[in-house]
Amino acid sequence: MRVFAAIVSVVLIAAACGGGTGGAGVSAGPIKLTDGKLVLAVINDQSAVYAELSGKNAVEAVKMAVEDFKAKYGENVFGGTVEVITADHQNKPDLASSKAQEFYERSNADVIFDVPTSSAALAIAKVANDEKRLYINITAATTDLTGAQCNKYTFHYAYDTYMLAAGTGVWVTQNVGKSWYIIYPNYAFGQDMEKSFRNAITKTGGTIVASDGSPFPNQTGDFSNLLVKAGSLKPQVLGAMQAGGDLVNVVKQYNQFKLKDQNIQLAIGLLFDTDITALGSDAYAGVVYTTPWVWNMDDQARTFADKFLKRTNIRPTFAHAGNYSAAWQYMDAIRRAGTDDPDAVVKQLEGFKFNDFFIRNGYIRPEDHWVQHDALLAQVKPASDVKEKFDYSKVLGTLKAEQVSRPLSETGCQMPK
Amino acid sequence: MRRGLRRTSINESMDLGYATLQVFNGLVNGAFYALLSLGLAVIFGMLRVVNFAHGAFYMLGAFAAYLLQLGLGVGFWPALILAPAAVALIGIVVERLLLRRLYGLDPLYGFLLTFGLTLLIQDGMRVRFGLQGQPYATPAELGGSLSLGAIAYPAYRLFVIAFSLAVCVVVWYAIERTRLGMVVRASIERRDLTRALGISVDRWVTGTFAFGIALAGLAGVLAAPMRNVSPTMGAEPVILTFAVVVIGGMGSIAGAVVAGFAVGVLASLGAIVNPALENILVFALMAVVLLVRPAGLFGSLEAR
Repeated sequence: MRVFAAIVSVVLIAAACGGGTGGAGVSAGPIKLTDGKLVLAVINDQSAVYAELSGKNAVEAVKMAVEDFKAKYGENVFGGTVEVITADHQNKPDLASSKAQEFYERSNADVIFDVPTSSAALAIAKVANDEKRLYINITAATTDLTGAQCNKYTFHYAYDTYMLAAGTGVWVTQNVGKSWYIIYPNYAFGQDMEKSFRNAITKTGGTIVASDGSPFPNQTGDFSNLLVKAGSLKPQVLGAMQAGGDLVNVVKQYNQFKLKDQNIQLAIGLLFDTDITALGSDAYAGVVYTTPWVWNMDDQARTFADKFLKRTNIRPTFAHAGNYSAAWQYMDAIRRAGTDDPDAVVKQLEGFKFNDFFIRNGYIRPEDHWVQHDALLAQVKPASDVKEKFDYSKVLGTLKAEQVSRPLSETGCQMPK
Repeated sequence: MRRGLRRTSINESMDLGYATLQVFNGLVNGAFYALLSLGLAVIFGMLRVVNFAHGAFYMLGAFAAYLLQLGLGVGFWPALILAPAAVALIGIVVERLLLRRLYGLDPLYGFLLTFGLTLLIQDGMRVRFGLQGQPYATPAELGGSLSLGAIAYPAYRLFVIAFSLAVCVVVWYAIERTRLGMVVRASIERRDLTRALGISVDRWVTGTFAFGIALAGLAGVLAAPMRNVSPTMGAEPVILTFAVVVIGGMGSIAGAVVAGFAVGVLASLGAIVNPALENILVFALMAVVLLVRPAGLFGSLEAR
């Protein structure tokens, strides 16, 4: 009897471990860590403009993923300790690059997550390639990570400028107005946004009346010259590509100049919940935007958001959720591979199809390492419709994964084998 | 190249209205420069302290308005007086406890102290409020826009221009035409002689510092409805303000005001040609002024 029970439980445990995800090459044996421990590193902005939308709470998200992973597969699932380490790159590419090097070489980091600020992300991608260790980008938006500067060890999770343009650029051109005036912060991120939106808009039959770069960083916090110019150009749509604090200033001044009354509608390239908190949702009401994820889009997302709220006192932005999801998928790839050897993990990730609370219809393209998945078209609600704190947006619809992923023919990525 | 050409032709075809509006935008920016540099000029004149913390006090002014509204339901109009007063109180504490100890030492010490204060205040506010910014609405009475012939301009911005101009005129009058101003001016120009005449210069020092700080706080309140109210909002404008003070002439009241408005308008007109020029022009102008008139447009080398 006892023997029978033991056999049953062994079978059940085996089924629980192997089943569900259904990836190729499920390992039967225990996981072998190359150096006896697993080190997950998070490098991001912890003190400046992007500190709130990712920052320290993104580190918490990765820690949560580790705890939950252990809770599911057993405390000793990796046969060694798991460490989460972190550094503030202050949005400086040189600092990001040297921190990454230090983490890979001296702290034996197996992977780096997050890294907002496109220029810093590109710097770390280069280090990852040199060191032959993984880097999974979540918060930087530049398509160059999966384009001209793609490499074997870098993956691009969550979102990129192509996704935002293919969602917002196309929808707004079709439904709001065909003539655009684009303003963008004049650095890597803004220039890439301008390019992606220009392509999406002209492909949809829209026109770009003019586009202007605003100084970055903007020392005066003043965008009135561009807004006045918008008033005299009279486009149907003002496309604002600024992010974080700059975006808040643009919206505040757009409202003050009453451009909406002149039938110039506001379109926003990249919008985080934290930007809405800064002005109140009435300032943005009616704006349609593209996002990979909204915390209350469904029960699965909300369950995570509730846990996150308990731990951090805020609702997660998509960057926070993306960090959790990426960390989980990375650990799961190790579990399937049976080792944390970078090449073996890359092999597990490439071509993998999956779903979780963050990624829907996910597929990791082997050709350029873009993690393609469904995105959402959302609209900011007026304050009178906001039912609870941080409940800012109404989901209008789903954008299919293929529709918001750059066609492989356009990436320009030569993936080394 | 072709795109660049097309862009210029669009600019040219734009009516005069655009340029006029840009002049107004420039006056709004100038209004802030003028208020901020006026405060800096008064403080430098009296204390010989380059107050690097001016931007931090500007930020505190905006936050004071925000907190008054959040905590006590005090609206914009009372905040216009209460918030600068609150910031001035902090100024008094700073002067009495810290700055006072540095008089007579190399001016560099004052600069270092206020720089350190800036970091402390900024990061303290960041720990408490985060960086993203707080909402502050335009007062309802000024929510609309006024039409000026063919063009319309937000009423609140016109108010900012008018109000700041009025404050500058009052301050100028108080300093140039009243007895109180006479004492202050005398202490600025010849501290030793003034003292010899039996006037207690030191007694006026605290008040002058608090007044300069209050001006920064006032600029902060005015900025709250149009700029993101965040702990770092003062870090960048203060640098531009220093450039304005140098252009106007260190310690010169009229210079601070005139240079403030002139720089604002000039930079905005530059932005018509290219948005990036807005910031560059200020420093280019500063370089030219330093070459031609090292003491600034209205400054005299004697005052140092």
